[in-house]
Amino acid sequence: MQIEDRVMDSQERIGFLLRGLYAGRGYSRYRMSKFEEYDLYSRNKDFLFSDGVITFTDTNGRLMALKPDVTLSIVKNTRDVPGTLQKLYYHENVYRVASAEDGFREMTQVGVECMGSVDSACVAEVLKLAAESLRLCSEEFVLEISHLGILGAFTDAVAADEEMRRKLLQCVTEKNAHGITLLCREAGLPDSAGEPLRQLTALYGTPRSVMPRIRKLAEENGAAEYAEELARAAAAFAGSETEDRIRIDFSASGDVKYYNGIAFKGFISGIPGSVLSGGQYDRLMRRMGRKDLAIGFAVFLNMLERLAEGGRTDD
Amino acid sequence: MINIALPKGRLGEKVYAMFEKAGFPCPALLENSRKLIFDNAEAGVRYFWVKPSDVAIYVERGAADVGVCGKDILLEYRPEVYELLDLNVGKCRMAVAAPEGFRDNPNRTLRVATKFSRIARDYYASRGRDIDIIHLNGSIEIAPILGLSDVIVDIVETGTTLRENHLEVIETIVPISARLIANKSGFKFKTEQIERLVKEMGKEVEQP
Repeated sequence: MQIEDRVMDSQERIGFLLRGLYAGRGYSRYRMSKFEEYDLYSRNKDFLFSDGVITFTDTNGRLMALKPDVTLSIVKNTRDVPGTLQKLYYHENVYRVASAEDGFREMTQVGVECMGSVDSACVAEVLKLAAESLRLCSEEFVLEISHLGILGAFTDAVAADEEMRRKLLQCVTEKNAHGITLLCREAGLPDSAGEPLRQLTALYGTPRSVMPRIRKLAEENGAAEYAEELARAAAAFAGSETEDRIRIDFSASGDVKYYNGIAFKGFISGIPGSVLSGGQYDRLMRRMGRKDLAIGFAVFLNMLERLAEGGRTDD
Repeated sequence: MINIALPKGRLGEKVYAMFEKAGFPCPALLENSRKLIFDNAEAGVRYFWVKPSDVAIYVERGAADVGVCGKDILLEYRPEVYELLDLNVGKCRMAVAAPEGFRDNPNRTLRVATKFSRIARDYYASRGRDIDIIHLNGSIEIAPILGLSDVIVDIVETGTTLRENHLEVIETIVPISARLIANKSGFKFKTEQIERLVKEMGKEVEQP
């Protein structure tokens, strides 16, 4: 029996298309329970997209939570297998606070996680898969890529303490160059101290147009090695159909307590926020006692609810 | 076409004058009419007037590509937007004010009346001071006079209203001015137009 396309809404249709895409690329489906022990989330609450978790006491007295996130569960429930690469995908509902006024919402996510010997080829493969995922939703997409190592090196050069580092990173995600100047002045630093970070914040464009500038800036600020990693990741798209849809943008960031290396976000024309978010999260793995390296991304299907019918349905 | 949300009122008119000088005019905007949306296809802009505190919502939700709103709104509601330019107009400060001669008693919870609950909470949390927030929607100055609160956290421009009510600023929390903000997704798909707008508007900003 075949399911007719017209009985599915856009979220369901895209969800199944993405599952087909990931399964076709050798990713295995990872299924999980709706519940997880609350302790997992309370220990890693900064990793979550929103504050607040729906909790309840199970019949055995344990405090449980309706899962607000999938990656944490996968990291907790899989094991290191040295020398291999585990390639998983999921299609799950999560429960998050959408906003203080709206309260909790059920949201659907489809995503992939690669854990194990993650090398530059694997990073490139995941990035390409992210671009293909966006293209399945709409031809009008942008995948922006950044490198947290570069951002870290530039902010460390200015930040006097952890609080200032956090505020500087916030300014970068807001493309707020004047905020960086203000923070430097408040810390008694000359305006020139924040100049490299301001320049990095202002850079936005295709890899071809901005990589030479990033290489030069990174070289001058002790982050040449990271710039090469970013260049290698972006080079995965050279000559491909999606090359002109790729942007380098350091506002695509993530919490440096958990993420490192390449970070990326996906946008679709007409949808106001990012519909895809991902990156390398080796630091989360270490925090949870894992030795494997890891990279993954999630597509937020609820964001696609209003996507006009007619996203690509071919392969 | 770039959709621009402007805050109704004096600040909006001042900011529109900057847009006009920067090469994005729409003369119909200043005509006395009940219209809310104004196009100038030639300049590639569409303006609309909205309540100042709603500008960030229009931009965050993508109904406007860019907009102008005060830093106070950005700090209070933390919308997911890009903050591209400090326009250096509409300057004022977020401050703590109290009745003249007020002395804080650290043994008591401080009662703080404000429209800006998050800013007040963050400010006092950073100082380790226990407070009781009383959220009001207007006429904040009256709260300490009637004994509803000990202090207020509010925007202070000239300080005249405070003085007339025998209140005085006791601490400045943060300076405020109008910011040019942009929708994150809109920026990706109208990059050239928005970057040009930011560049030209940047030339109109008077440096302090």
